[in-house]
Amino acid sequence: MSVRGTVRALPALFKVGFAEAVAYRAELFVWVLSTTMPLVMYVLWSAVAREAPVGRYGDREFLAYFLAAFIVRQLTSNWAAWQMNFEVRQGILSMRLLRPLTPVVSWAVETLAYMPMRLLVIVPPVVTWLAVLGGAFLPRTVAGWGLFALGAAGGWLLVFTINVCVGTLSLFMKSSLKLMDAYLAATFVFSGYLIPVELFPDRLRAVVEWLPFRYTIGLPVELLTSHHGTAEAARLVAVQWGFCALFGVLGLLLWRRGIRNFEAYGG
Amino acid sequence: MISVHGLKKHFRVHKRPPGLKAAVASLFSREYTTVKAVDGISFDIRPGERVGFLGPNGAGKTTTLKILSGLLYPSEGDVRVDGHLPQAREEAFLKKVMLVMGQKQQLLWDLPPAETFELNRAVYDVPREQFRKTLEELTQLLELGDLVNKPTRQLSLGERMKCELAAALIHRPKVLFLDEPTIGLDVSMQMVMRDFIKRYNEETGATLILTSHYMDDVAALCPRVVVIDKGQLSYDGSLDALVQRVRPEKRVVLHLGGPVERQQLESLGQVVSLEAGKAVLQVPQAGLSQALSRALAGLPVTDLNVENAPLEEVVSELFSRSRAAREAEAQA
Repeated sequence: MSVRGTVRALPALFKVGFAEAVAYRAELFVWVLSTTMPLVMYVLWSAVAREAPVGRYGDREFLAYFLAAFIVRQLTSNWAAWQMNFEVRQGILSMRLLRPLTPVVSWAVETLAYMPMRLLVIVPPVVTWLAVLGGAFLPRTVAGWGLFALGAAGGWLLVFTINVCVGTLSLFMKSSLKLMDAYLAATFVFSGYLIPVELFPDRLRAVVEWLPFRYTIGLPVELLTSHHGTAEAARLVAVQWGFCALFGVLGLLLWRRGIRNFEAYGG
Repeated sequence: MISVHGLKKHFRVHKRPPGLKAAVASLFSREYTTVKAVDGISFDIRPGERVGFLGPNGAGKTTTLKILSGLLYPSEGDVRVDGHLPQAREEAFLKKVMLVMGQKQQLLWDLPPAETFELNRAVYDVPREQFRKTLEELTQLLELGDLVNKPTRQLSLGERMKCELAAALIHRPKVLFLDEPTIGLDVSMQMVMRDFIKRYNEETGATLILTSHYMDDVAALCPRVVVIDKGQLSYDGSLDALVQRVRPEKRVVLHLGGPVERQQLESLGQVVSLEAGKAVLQVPQAGLSQALSRALAGLPVTDLNVENAPLEEVVSELFSRSRAAREAEAQA
């Protein structure tokens, strides 16, 4: 579909996506409960920090970090790979392919349509942050907030493009869910979701810098907790968007090639 | 409007016997087999034609429709739909065609059909005024009423199929592919769907290809049929000519006012069935008038009908002949 046509269809796609998000509100609530891991990690790390700070992290720093991790996870996570696997295996993708709109746009909008519900979910951590920490750790400049906004958007886009790459592999492998599980396991370890990347041993940290994981969660968290100066933050955001472009192009190539293999099961 | 030449679609399928041993073995070595779903078929369809695809399960009918609608890439051959290469899936092409599958739905499961209609309006870029008018017509013709505001999951199969058809026609496609559109519907709902589809074709001039296992659908809608079996074309022509070719004999249904001997009937033609008060005979076309005269003169006939053989039997016989011919060819 042309860019103009796609843009014109966006409001209807958002409306339908939001209506579906509301229809699945019980499921959404259960999913939110399953994303409270950063709060569990805060309890564990704050117990460790009670004896002595870990690096520069004391109790307040860990609280800010893991509240930020919870918020960023809500803003960046999506499930396009699962959706794609399901639709390829069930043949449901056929119905999307019949429409003059690339299915990738539909999956992106459906994920984004859940955002209003997710913004509601992040209200409690934001209130907790303001009540306990006040404005501490938050960016103090417009540039700081701007870089956080870019970093959060980049985080979402990176997670989405990786999802598209992995999801598209289901057109070649029949199912790529195990690959997605492996990606998620690596994300939990290397993204900064459970442990701040800063606390990794130096050699491991050097490797993590060259992997996409930390740019999905760790970087937006570091930007929200004002961990970097403006120049360094801008450099890291540029690297993050570079990864987005890389996975975007890879996803496009895989999709174009993979769709030739689609077997449109059923019917 | 549609031209198909030398179309082939072959699938590579992993073959594995049942059981744990075979499952473990398949981890290390896999055996593949090639399934020839469509194996070199050719036909042309003019604008506005209504064509029925007939064939047993696994014949390649649905695969052909999926290729024509751009869902599958052909393995070989040339396919054009209104000048478009379907697999290129150009926007202009997708706005002209629609595939309705009786066993797959585009309606959003948890939302009312009205939401899918609105989504399709936006995606197909249908002007608001045209959308309102089309939806009004569809609502009236398909008697949708309040159905469009109930969640799809709460609709019956028949109600869902009516809404499915409405969703498919919001953008008024020029080419409509219908794959088993009446499957699972009761007789009255089947008739509603048939009437509607015929009317859509007559009013819009849309080209229509239908697959259905209900021969009544094909008889009511399709003057022309294309018969596909094992991926190959075994007949392309008018439905009447197919019946004449496969079963040139006529069916004579006699309603009887008293008992008759089977031998009396056998002297008139082949006895298809004989029960109290009713006999069905199969009589060659050439001897029909003579058989009728003799029946009226010698039997207690209260009423009679002359019909073609049921389409189910015609098609079933055609498939048997095709299979027999293939087996003979293979043995030779």
